[in-house]
Amino acid sequence: MTTPAPASTQTVDLTARFPGVVQADARPGYAGFIVEKDALIEVAAAIRDEFGYDLLTAVTGVDYAPDKMEVVYHAYRTSGGPGLVFKVQVPRVDPVEVPSLIHLWPGVDLQEREAWDLLGIKFTGHPDLRRILMWEGFEGHPLRKDWKEGFYEEDTKPFKSRWPHGQFYMAEDKNPFKDNLTFPQNFDPEKWIPEGDALLYGALARYTVKSEGGISTDRIVINMGPHHPSTHGVFRAVMTLDGETIVGLKPVLGYLHRNHDKIGERNTYLQNMPYTDRLDYFNSMTNNFGYALAVEKLMKIPVAERAEYIRVIVSELTRIQNHLIFIGTLLNDLGAMYTPSLYAFEERELILDVFEAISGARMMCNYFRFGGVVRDIEEAEMQKIKDLVYERIPPKTDELDRMLTENEVLVSRMKGIRMINAEDAIAYSVTGPVLRAAGVPYDIRRADPYGIYDRFDFDVAVRYNGDLMDNYLIRIDEIRQSLRILDQAIKQIPQGPINSQKPQYQVRVPAGEAYGRIESPKGELGFYVVSNGKPNPWRYHVRPASYVNLTALEKITVGQKIADFVVILAMFDIVMGECDR
Amino acid sequence: MDNETLSLPEYDIPADMQNLVAVTTLDRLYNWGRRSSVWPLMFGLACCAIEMIAAQAARYDLARFGMEVMRPTPRQADLLLVSGTVTKKMVPPIVRLYNQMPEPKYVVAMGACASGGGPFKEGYNVVAGIDKFLPVDVYVPGCPPTPQALIAGLIKLQEKIDKQTLKDASWYKRKTKDPNYVPIPILGPDLIDPRRNAEIKHAAATPEEN
Repeated sequence: MTTPAPASTQTVDLTARFPGVVQADARPGYAGFIVEKDALIEVAAAIRDEFGYDLLTAVTGVDYAPDKMEVVYHAYRTSGGPGLVFKVQVPRVDPVEVPSLIHLWPGVDLQEREAWDLLGIKFTGHPDLRRILMWEGFEGHPLRKDWKEGFYEEDTKPFKSRWPHGQFYMAEDKNPFKDNLTFPQNFDPEKWIPEGDALLYGALARYTVKSEGGISTDRIVINMGPHHPSTHGVFRAVMTLDGETIVGLKPVLGYLHRNHDKIGERNTYLQNMPYTDRLDYFNSMTNNFGYALAVEKLMKIPVAERAEYIRVIVSELTRIQNHLIFIGTLLNDLGAMYTPSLYAFEERELILDVFEAISGARMMCNYFRFGGVVRDIEEAEMQKIKDLVYERIPPKTDELDRMLTENEVLVSRMKGIRMINAEDAIAYSVTGPVLRAAGVPYDIRRADPYGIYDRFDFDVAVRYNGDLMDNYLIRIDEIRQSLRILDQAIKQIPQGPINSQKPQYQVRVPAGEAYGRIESPKGELGFYVVSNGKPNPWRYHVRPASYVNLTALEKITVGQKIADFVVILAMFDIVMGECDR
Repeated sequence: MDNETLSLPEYDIPADMQNLVAVTTLDRLYNWGRRSSVWPLMFGLACCAIEMIAAQAARYDLARFGMEVMRPTPRQADLLLVSGTVTKKMVPPIVRLYNQMPEPKYVVAMGACASGGGPFKEGYNVVAGIDKFLPVDVYVPGCPPTPQALIAGLIKLQEKIDKQTLKDASWYKRKTKDPNYVPIPILGPDLIDPRRNAEIKHAAATPEEN
């Protein structure tokens, strides 16, 4: 149990502490502080050390074309309470430069690289500022408002070609290259020399150590992925090995970069809802939850009482099935091929049956709406949920626990193998079960409650050893806590409407910014949405849990054995759809 | 396959030899063996891969069709299940995997994204369908397709295998060059398909008509 911290953004008066360089953000609908670029590091250090905002979760850029660009930071206290938003504004003249915060919070590493890649914001002082989601040599920074993709049609949807007139044409026919391509003027493909991975291998070179005692040892660079059965999708890790010990590692991402941000800025608000399903495709319900929270914050609308309970019920069911799959795939990675995952998928199918009955789809539920949910849970489905929660899942959890937890092979592969300690986990912005297994009881459901989570009695699962075993055990703990929440929610759910608003395709969203965050089964999932009052978001950014957690991968694995790398990666429970977006 | 369907109807087998002898063509026997042991490459791209795993699991049980042996290496696989969004950054590895698979090989485009870009078609890093690079045998619609839909697609693939014959099987022909080899795309300012170099050069030199 954490103590609720009453401190809100307003009580932290940065403007008084730093007169002249910090101003309150006075734009209507905005909150937080605008910091002068030159004072950023000093102010950020004070925010961390004096005001106690030790967890910097989200870093992203916004392109306020045509005159300025902004970098937005969201910092939180691991003791709980709401966050602090601070921003830096710079003129939109190349090079757009902002000082890097990597020496204060190493967790900004990948997020700053992403902002450089997609928005072209140069973070001065970042030691390894390479592209991350796209490849070196790619032309332009795609999230800038003046950058147009190959199939560009219009700035905003619905496109005039489809609606209301309904003329239809193939996007390929409009593009000069007859495909989703853009090339610079007079480009000659035969003269192109690909940049390849020279920069990547250069970044690894600093781990090269000279030979000792006259015996020269050779380091081997190996690539794992993007096609590898244990990387949970198209993840690639490039490692330098000294024998079996990892001495350097760089994750290579972007193999599933599906441009959620760019597509999301063309879509209307409601059109984004089904896209959020496809972020973390195990947990479409919780993804919906985060996005709905962000837009509801902007619209300032309440959520119907029954819908609040339905949201909690589906979110916790989602968490249970995610953790079951986690255990199944973890055992796969440990070499227990198939059997444990067959066990895990059995229960998952039953939960997906419920989702299919209430939302119409097994995986991509598209279930939440602004102000509520789209369909009610009928009595028959509620009975199915009760059967699952009271009859089926508890003995199943016990069975997994009994089968696996004391298994000798499992224990020897996991017990005592270091994952991450609390201090590093916070510095590297790690959230979710990995942070809690390191001994930090930080669960957004308790630390900064959203929805109606403040009404339920549950314990924040926490373990203190920070080894792989704890990271596995905490998942089982969390399944049990989710069952407790489900039990209360099923008993308390009232009758009534399921949406506080009328069903509508085009919602009215006033200008402003909002950051909606939830405790997804993988960690903090945040949606940063900026509205300018039009039917489409100006900026739509997803702060994915897997992606930011991976920042710590290098820190954790260097010095470990290569055989343990697979298990360490499994503990992050990454899903590439969410990671690369 | 039981004897009734394996045997050819025009050759009557004497009553005392029934269930002991089957008369059939080499093609049928050959295709029966191949269609009943299609080994897919253990290769998932995105959301569809999860439904692919669900199809392998207990409830849908792809083992009924001899497809439960997922091979992590392309050298042992017969079937490339493109299960998810194909991104420009991922196309070179996919094409490489395809080139490494031995003949006869098949490609199933699973889901809307692999078939034509799906909901992400307009994205700057998305390839609008794997068929721009690889020859696709079966398209499975859905986003993601349910396991039932995937199984239906794989049965369609089995039907396709049934229709092939040894007489014109390209993989037994003597050839100097692999006819199915696909040149590896290059990551340039945008994705470069080496087969279209001349076309790209021409279009890039032509000023836009606006």
